[in-house]
Amino acid sequence: MSLTMTASAIEHVQRHLDSRGKGVGIRVGVQTTGCSGLSYVLEFVDDVNPEDNTFDQGGFSLVVDPKSLAYLDGTELDFVKEGLNEGFQFNNPNAKNACGCGESFHV
Amino acid sequence: MLLQISEPGQSAKPHERKLAIGIDLGTSNSVVATVRSGEPVVLADEQDNSICPSLVHYTAEGGVVVGQAASEKLLSDPANTINSIKRLMGRGVEDSASLGQSLPYTFTEKEGSGVPYISTVAGEFSPIEISSEILKHLAALGERSLSSGSASELDGAVITVPAYFDEAQRQATKDAATLAGLKVLRLLNEPTAAAVAYGLDKQAEGLIAVYDLGGGTFDVSILRLSKGVFEVLSTGGDSALGGDDFDQAIVDWVLNESAHAKTLEPVEQRALLLKARDAKEQLAGSHSTTIEFNNQLFELNRETLAEVLQPLISRSIKSCRRALRDADISAEDVDNVVLVGGSTRTLAVREAVANLFGQEPLSDLDPDRVVALGAAIQADILVGNKPDSDMLLLDVIPLSLGIETMGGLVEQIISRNTAIPVAKAQEFTTFKDGQTAMAVHVLQGERDLVSACRSLARFELRGIPPMVAGAAKIRVVFQVDADGLLMVSAEELTSGVKTSVDIKPSYGLADDDISRMLQDSFSHAKDDMKARALREQQVEAERVLEALVPALEADGDLLSEQERQTIVQAMEALLQTRQSAESPRDIEAAIEVVAQCTDDFAARRMDRSIKSALAGQNLDDIDS
Repeated sequence: MSLTMTASAIEHVQRHLDSRGKGVGIRVGVQTTGCSGLSYVLEFVDDVNPEDNTFDQGGFSLVVDPKSLAYLDGTELDFVKEGLNEGFQFNNPNAKNACGCGESFHV
Repeated sequence: MLLQISEPGQSAKPHERKLAIGIDLGTSNSVVATVRSGEPVVLADEQDNSICPSLVHYTAEGGVVVGQAASEKLLSDPANTINSIKRLMGRGVEDSASLGQSLPYTFTEKEGSGVPYISTVAGEFSPIEISSEILKHLAALGERSLSSGSASELDGAVITVPAYFDEAQRQATKDAATLAGLKVLRLLNEPTAAAVAYGLDKQAEGLIAVYDLGGGTFDVSILRLSKGVFEVLSTGGDSALGGDDFDQAIVDWVLNESAHAKTLEPVEQRALLLKARDAKEQLAGSHSTTIEFNNQLFELNRETLAEVLQPLISRSIKSCRRALRDADISAEDVDNVVLVGGSTRTLAVREAVANLFGQEPLSDLDPDRVVALGAAIQADILVGNKPDSDMLLLDVIPLSLGIETMGGLVEQIISRNTAIPVAKAQEFTTFKDGQTAMAVHVLQGERDLVSACRSLARFELRGIPPMVAGAAKIRVVFQVDADGLLMVSAEELTSGVKTSVDIKPSYGLADDDISRMLQDSFSHAKDDMKARALREQQVEAERVLEALVPALEADGDLLSEQERQTIVQAMEALLQTRQSAESPRDIEAAIEVVAQCTDDFAARRMDRSIKSALAGQNLDDIDS
């Protein structure tokens, strides 16, 4: 079971953490809301819970709770630019289909 | 679907992420910013320009070009390329006539609007319409930068305005935003936004001075921070001082040096202004530069520039001193000084500021972007992306608000530097017997006389039941919301008759800009006091006469013919004195004469009314 980040994603997360001035890493996860079942969570982490899985990214940890890991196994977190817009994107091999808006997905 | 990183536990549910932007709508340049992954960033367009010139160009085909693309038209088509429109926001026709002398536009007035329109090949446009084109352009940039999946429309924007903007100018800005289809979360004072951008709210407490010298306006604000809350102690400035004036001063210097006599064509004027601006910007980095004009080269070094700009800079320093005085602190009490606005890159400005406050001002953040960054942070909070935030911003009213009372005097209801939002009420009464309506005239300014203040609105409270003078209770409520916009209501308490007005300003501001109104109130304090005393006595005389006339009619039979003559003569003398006297004491004396010769009359009337009240009643009834 593993999660990966692209070099670009690592760089951006590190920069955001530096400017935020605190935090041990970022948390990825899924929550059971959204128009097509599940949606992604992407948050800063100040406290790691005992049950969390952590993946070292050099300067910070990528944190995921065990329940989410099941849905996210093999996912690559990327940072992309689309036109003027930019942000993080989950490349999740488990996702079967997403809703029209792309904010939620099925496995 | 692109995600941003949220604070722990605050991941938005799908379709609930709110898109919010902060806009610094400047005189020469505008900037739009947002918060991404908890970090405020300025948004750039496809050509990577993050600073958008506040220029609107109209084409003969009816097209509109905004920003960088319009700047190319500044020289080739100046009459159809509108620059510095912010200077005309909320201003009246007379202002644009005087301000317009340095602007190459043709002004027209639409019947009854009172608002100046600018004629272009595409038609006539008001400052609000022109300003809304800039806002539309910035909002579109924000949408292209933020839209994702479901959410493509902006949920709201915070737009900054100079702290000095009065009601009319704030309302005009809000109208422009509405016209551009933007939901305004709040109008925020520019210096307050700058302090937020610097994260000064993370300190425990302190006094902060924000020195903001932009393209067209100068603002200074003294902020107090305590327990993470900003309070604006005082604001000051000059709504007609900025980098544009620096450029003009350099142009004047060149014209003077070259002994150039004839007036410049608009195209020549623009070309020389651009050269002056270039020279000014170069001198921020190097010691000396040259300006070419009329095939001559003029050398401008930092020392000369400092001399040329000295009168302008010292005007700004004077405003700083006044703001410090208003805040009741001295320059040494200030813990941090923040520089905002591109003009603060000029070395002479930094030195003057450092000199005044005895410390090096903060200038780490780009002074052209800092206001937009702060606005973005505030927008992010207001739209609800940061629900736990406890940052509250308290702003103040820049000039006192009040209403006209008898004799053309202004009664202040909300005084200058009161923190907003605020609501204050005051009770007034009728002046004449049987008065059934009352005119409410809303004013803004520091002077005692109506004629020296700015008229904001007039309305009438009708349907007051007829009562004797002074019996009606009219409660006037002034309510200023978080954007600094005013609502006034008046209610007659015994009958419940009520009316109210949202201030739709009359745009009637003559050339007096706000800073001058303020300064006048200091320099004319004595005159105002005298004028007020005189008016008060005039009103008092009127009141005495108003009361005596019906009394003589009703109870004149209580007087002998001689007594009656004496009273009538005293009344005539008072009427005469009221109109001609220059000293309030003379009127007071005449009132005293009337009072003396009517004392007896008053006593006899009192007797008569008591007798008639008691007639036919038992003593027992009276006791009970």
